[in-house]
Amino acid sequence: MNMLQAINNALDIAMAANPRVVLFGEDVGVFGGVFRATSHLQDKYGRERCFNTPLTEQGIIGFANGLAAQGSTPVAEIQFADYIFPAFDQIVNEAAKFRYRSGDLFDVGGLTIRTPYGGGIAGGLYHSQSPEAYFAHTPGLKIVMPRNPHQAKGLLLAAIRDPNPVLFMEPKRLYRASVGEVPEADYELPLGVADVIREGRDITLLGWGAQMEVIEKAAALAEQDGIDCEIIDLRSILPWDIETVCDSVLKTGRLVVSHEAPLTGGFASEIAATVQERCFLYLEAPIRRVTGLDTPFPLVLEKEHLPDELKIYEAIKQSLNY
Amino acid sequence: MTGDELCIPIFKRLRQDGTLYPVDAAQRQSDDARGGQSQDTTSIERDPIEREKALKIYRTMLFTRVLDERMLAAQRQGRLSFYMQCTGEEATVIGSAAALEDDDMIMAQYREQGALAWRGFSCDEFMNQMFGNERDYGKGRQMPIHYGSRDLHYMTISSPLATQIPQATGYAYGQKLAGKGQCTITIFGEGAASEGDFHAALNMASVHRVPCIFLCRNNGYAISTPSCEQFAADGIAPRAFGYHMQSIRVDGNDVIAVYEATLAARKIAVETHQPVLIEAMTYRLAAHSSSDDPSGYRSKKEEAIWRDKDPILRMRNWLEAQGWWSEEEEKATGDQLRREVLESMKRAEKLAPPALDTLITDVYDTPTPLLKQQLEDVKQHIRKYPHAYPKGAASMGFTAQELEDSRKAHQERLQRMQSPKPVEGHQLVESHQPVDGGQTS
Ligand SMILES: Cc1ncc(C[n+]2csc(CCOP(=O)(O)OP(=O)(O)O)c2C)c(N)n1
Repeated sequence: MNMLQAINNALDIAMAANPRVVLFGEDVGVFGGVFRATSHLQDKYGRERCFNTPLTEQGIIGFANGLAAQGSTPVAEIQFADYIFPAFDQIVNEAAKFRYRSGDLFDVGGLTIRTPYGGGIAGGLYHSQSPEAYFAHTPGLKIVMPRNPHQAKGLLLAAIRDPNPVLFMEPKRLYRASVGEVPEADYELPLGVADVIREGRDITLLGWGAQMEVIEKAAALAEQDGIDCEIIDLRSILPWDIETVCDSVLKTGRLVVSHEAPLTGGFASEIAATVQERCFLYLEAPIRRVTGLDTPFPLVLEKEHLPDELKIYEAIKQSLNY
Repeated sequence: MTGDELCIPIFKRLRQDGTLYPVDAAQRQSDDARGGQSQDTTSIERDPIEREKALKIYRTMLFTRVLDERMLAAQRQGRLSFYMQCTGEEATVIGSAAALEDDDMIMAQYREQGALAWRGFSCDEFMNQMFGNERDYGKGRQMPIHYGSRDLHYMTISSPLATQIPQATGYAYGQKLAGKGQCTITIFGEGAASEGDFHAALNMASVHRVPCIFLCRNNGYAISTPSCEQFAADGIAPRAFGYHMQSIRVDGNDVIAVYEATLAARKIAVETHQPVLIEAMTYRLAAHSSSDDPSGYRSKKEEAIWRDKDPILRMRNWLEAQGWWSEEEEKATGDQLRREVLESMKRAEKLAPPALDTLITDVYDTPTPLLKQQLEDVKQHIRKYPHAYPKGAASMGFTAQELEDSRKAHQERLQRMQSPKPVEGHQLVESHQPVDGGQTS
C-alpha cells in the first residue's frame, strides 16, 4: 500500500466501525479529494457521511466543531496545510479550548483535521508549508505526523478515536512515493509516543513525517564514517515524547533535530530547550537544528532551502567533531 | 418568495451566431448608466464597441487561447511544472478589462491571464514568470501563472483564495482618498465567493462606499465541486442585495455584455463611490489545472454544450458580420501567435535561474543578520556538494566539470555504502577525531 491507500483504508475502517464518523472538505466527495485520499467513500457510505463542502476553511472547521460538540466524529479535510489559516481561529480558539472553557460541559474530542503538508513537490510558496509549530503553541490540541503508510493508518485510526481534537498532518511528498506493508486489519498506534527507528550509540537524530526519510539517508552516510546514529521519529508533535528523546540523548550525548519549517520558532527550538534543561551535563556538543531557512518557501531554489540528507550529515559531523 | 423562485435575469447582447439581440429594457438601462451616450435606444445597428478596441479585444482573446494551448502542451511534455487555462472564459476576463482605464487596479484570482495580456504584458513576460527564470519579476518564488506587474496595475497573484477580495476593498478606499477617479476590480470564482473574505469584503465596501467592482466568474466548478454544491441560492449576484449594493448578472461568454456591464459598473463606482457586484455566467471549458482530470466529475456531453457557446467564436462571428475580420486574418493571426509563443518559450527556458542571493531578499526590505548568516551557511554547504544543488552552484560560478567531479566523488561514497562496512568499535567518536579532513566547528 502507498500512504494514500493506507489513509483511505483507515478512513474506510473508521466509518464502517462507527456510523457517527463523517467525512467532509473541499472536493472530498465524488472526486475523492484532490489527492484521492477519500476515493470511493461517498459511494460506500453515502452523501450524508462523505461530502463536499463549500470553499470555506473557517466554515469547514466551525461546522466540524459544532458537529463534534453534538457528539459526532467529524474528520475534516483541509486541502493543503497552506490553506488552514482561515480556520486558525476555529482551531486555536475554539477546538483547542472547548473543553477547558466549559469546565468539561462540552468538548469537541471527536474532531480530527487531516491536511497535507510539506515541500519537495515544486509547489512554491503556497503548496509547501509545514505549519505545525503555529499549532504546537496551542494547549488542547494534539498534532500527529506520520512518516509511512503503516504509521499513517495506525495513527489516523488512533487520532479519529482519540477523545481530543487532533490535527493530522500528512507528508504529501510521500503520498505515492512511500510504499510499504500495511496490515489489512484494524490497528492503532499510540499518540504521544515516539518511535525509535534505529538504536545507536553516538548521536541521536530526531525528526517527523517526511523528514525521517532524509534523516535515515544521512545516518547511512554517517555510518561510513563509523558514526552510529540513533534515529527517533517523534510521530506526535503535541504532546511530544520527552522521555524517549531525553533517554536517547542521555545515552548518546548528542542531538540533531531536523524539520522543513523555518528555524526561528520552529518546533526544534522547543525540543532543544527541553533537552538542554534535562540533559545539560550529558551533552557532548551543542544541539544542532537543521531546518528550512527563515524565509517563505521558494520555488526554483527549493533544494537550497530544504534540509536534506547532506545538510543533516554535515550537522552530524560537526556535532561529532565539536 | 422562496429561494427556488429567485432567478435574476442575465444581461445579454450577442447571440452565438454573431447577431445582436434587439435592444430591450436591460439594454436601455445600461445605456442610461453610460450617461445617455447612446440616445438612440431603438437602433441595434450602432457599434457597441468601436472597431479598434473590438479588434484588440479579439486579438487578445486569440493570444490567450494560443498561450493556453501551447503551455498545456508544454506541461504535458514536462517543460513546465504546472499550468491553468482561461479557456472558455476569455470574454468575461478580457471584456471586463477592456472597459477599465489602464490605471485602474486589477486584483485577480489566477485564471485571468487575459486581463494582463489586454494591458500589454508581453509574451516574454508571461514566459519568464512561468519558467521562474532570472527575469521573472517574482524571482522564481511562485508557481507558474502567479503573474504580477506594477507598471500594468496588476497585483501579483496569491494562491490562498479570496484573500484579494477584501484587499481590493481597501485598495479602492485608498483610491477614493487619493481622488484621482480610479477604481479597483477584483476577480474571483464562484467557489472563492464562499470564503469569509468575500463576505467581509462586500460588507466593508458598501459601508465605506468604495469604488470597487467585484467580478465573479461563475464558471460552474471549483475544482470538482459543481456550483450546486457550492451554494443553494441563485448564484452570487443576489448576495449584493444583502449588502445594499448594486449588482448585475451577465452572460459571461458574451464579450459585449460583459464590456458594457463593466463600463456601467465603473461609472457607478467612480462617480458615486459605490461598489458593484457583477456575476458573469460562464463555463470552465478546460480542466481546473494541469493536475486535474475533469472526466472524474462531469460529462463530455455537458462540456460539448458549452463548447458550442465558445466566446471567441461568438465574437468572431460578430466581427465578421461587421466586416472587420476575415478567414485570412484569422489564420494569419493564429499562425503568428503560435510562432511568437513558441519562440518566446524557447528563449525563457534557456535563461538562468534567479541568483542564489534571492533566497533571502525581499523577506524584509533588507536581509536581517540572521538571514545573511543562513545564506552564508548555504553557500558554504554548496561549495562542498555543488552537484546536489545545481541551480545554486551555477549561481556561484561552478562549472559543469566541477559539478561532474563532485557528483562522481559522491557516487563513489554511495557505492562504498552498498559493500559491507568495515567499522568495528567507534574510535572516531571516542577520540573526537575529525571525520572530514580536519574541519571543526
Ligand atoms: C483558501 C484556499 N483554499 C483552497 C485552495 C485550493 N484551491 C485552489 S483553486 C480551488 C478552486 C477554486 O474555484 P473557483 O473559485 O470557483 O475558481 P475557478 O478555479 O473555477 O476559476 C481550490 C479549492 C486555495 N487555493 N485557497
